[in-house]
Amino acid sequence: MGSLELKSIRKAFGTHEVLKGIDLDVRDGEFVIFVGPSGCGKSTLLRVIAGLEDATSGSVRIDGAEVINTPPAKRGIAMVFQSYALYPHLNVKDNMGLGLKQAGTERAEIDARVGKASTMLSLDPYLARRPAELSGGQRQRVAIGRAIVREPKLFLFDEPLSNLDAALRVQTRLEIAGLHRRLKATMIYVTHDQVEAMTLADKIVVLNGGAIEQIGSPMELYNKPANTFVAGFIGSPQMNFIAAEKLGPSEAKTIGIRPEHIALARESGDWKGKVIHVEHLGADTIVYLETEMTGLLTVRLFGEHRYAPDDVVYATPDKASLHRFDTNGRAIA
Amino acid sequence: MSKARSAPLRTALIHLALIAYTIVALFPVFLTLVNSFKSRNAIFREPMALPTPSTFSLVGYETVLQQGDFLGYFQNSLIVTVASIALVLLFGAMAAFALSEYRFRGNTLLGLYLALGIMIPIRLGTVAILQGMVAAGLVNTLTSLILVYTAQGLPLAIFILSEFMRTVSDDLKNAGRIDGLSEYSIFFRLVLPLVRPAMATVAVFTMIPIWNDLWFPLILAPGESTKTVTLGAQMFIGQFVTNWNAVLSALSLAILPVMVLYVIFSRQLIRGITSGAVK
Repeated sequence: MGSLELKSIRKAFGTHEVLKGIDLDVRDGEFVIFVGPSGCGKSTLLRVIAGLEDATSGSVRIDGAEVINTPPAKRGIAMVFQSYALYPHLNVKDNMGLGLKQAGTERAEIDARVGKASTMLSLDPYLARRPAELSGGQRQRVAIGRAIVREPKLFLFDEPLSNLDAALRVQTRLEIAGLHRRLKATMIYVTHDQVEAMTLADKIVVLNGGAIEQIGSPMELYNKPANTFVAGFIGSPQMNFIAAEKLGPSEAKTIGIRPEHIALARESGDWKGKVIHVEHLGADTIVYLETEMTGLLTVRLFGEHRYAPDDVVYATPDKASLHRFDTNGRAIA
Repeated sequence: MSKARSAPLRTALIHLALIAYTIVALFPVFLTLVNSFKSRNAIFREPMALPTPSTFSLVGYETVLQQGDFLGYFQNSLIVTVASIALVLLFGAMAAFALSEYRFRGNTLLGLYLALGIMIPIRLGTVAILQGMVAAGLVNTLTSLILVYTAQGLPLAIFILSEFMRTVSDDLKNAGRIDGLSEYSIFFRLVLPLVRPAMATVAVFTMIPIWNDLWFPLILAPGESTKTVTLGAQMFIGQFVTNWNAVLSALSLAILPVMVLYVIFSRQLIRGITSGAVK
């Protein structure tokens, strides 16, 4: 239970096309993450899957059944929203049980399922409270609980961690990962945060301008980005892009090299440059260089290093980790 | 207030202005109340004086309660006002929800058309309204007044409520849709409670002109059985002789029900359960 199939989904608001033909297959039990810059259509795509937006054309199949004309409540989905969207007038228990109550489920069954979910999310002491009496993290757990209780074929998450502070975000991320392992349910998750995407996903879908740029596992995207957009979007700090002609004749237009694949030395190396700025992060040191050959270059060194602005250094890229892109920005295999 | 922001002179000036405005606003009410408890001679001799044991008189109230059917007038006014407010709030909120929630062709145009009603006074159409009411056989009924007042109150209600409804989180409505709530349940159970303060504001703005209106009761429902309080009080005002005791007493009594309604609505303004809905 829980496969999803999208076929040439298009969505336009007036003349403005937000989704330009999306094809996607999600297998049962997969954790798929839509990631992309804001305005790339990822939230709209999620809403089309949920049935909250009508697609202009295309087909959505859940478990093989066409659902394009099925209302959201009948699609067998559950959704967790960025703003939690809890019902302010209901307590935690009723918030979680409302969907089942609307579907006409028996009281005992509702109580049993709510009980199970609240135990799983350690919400038992709060069942009688209203959302206003809960902290942000607790509210998000209630929202997740509301989704679990429905026992959906498909979990949809719309940037669920954006409103939480940094510490809580990491903790909730772990909880969601744990939840996926335990429930073995199909989950689709939208985020603009590539760290969430890399840490949670079985499969990442990178969207840009309403079209899919690349689909793959986190490591595939990191090691074999299909084009300059994906290469620049995945990985932090961003990949360095160098015009290929500066490094000598080549079939490629652009050469990409990740900051962590460049070594620095004081005496000798391939590219001579001057340090502009240094960021000390403890575990990492990020050095920004201006080199004669390549222009601005970001270098990520592991551990602590004593570089200071205006130091003269030599950068040497790891030749095996170079990415080459053609004139259209596509990777050359 | 923090010390940094409170200059004594500024605070004093602000209070002076507010106190002056309060006096101006309350003075007619004060004058009406005070004189309604005085004898006729005392009203004319010293209009500003408080009632003393020698000038105190309830003759105005006695006249009001004996002459005419004032209790009936009150009942008419209350029925008209409460029914009109209820209809304005119901239809206004529903129209506002549709305008703010659904994308359809002509949405903006329809909103503008409805907003026009705020700028054009409904009294301009009095003749046509009267003809319509005559044709529909609604002259001298409370229904005619309720219909006119509902029409009069809707534009502002829709304008204010649609602005507020735009602020209700889309996620909340969508959560309701996924949980299987109908659009009506979403409207009545999720959205309306969240815009309750705005509803109370609209109710107050709608109520006052209706309660005080003399124009439409005079034209559409001047019959004895459908008279409202403001119209009823007119019978004490003659071309040559005016029974000031009775007029002032009637007006004083007319303040009470509207005050009660105001207190009910303003409680809603303060109480809000929006916190915790989102974020």
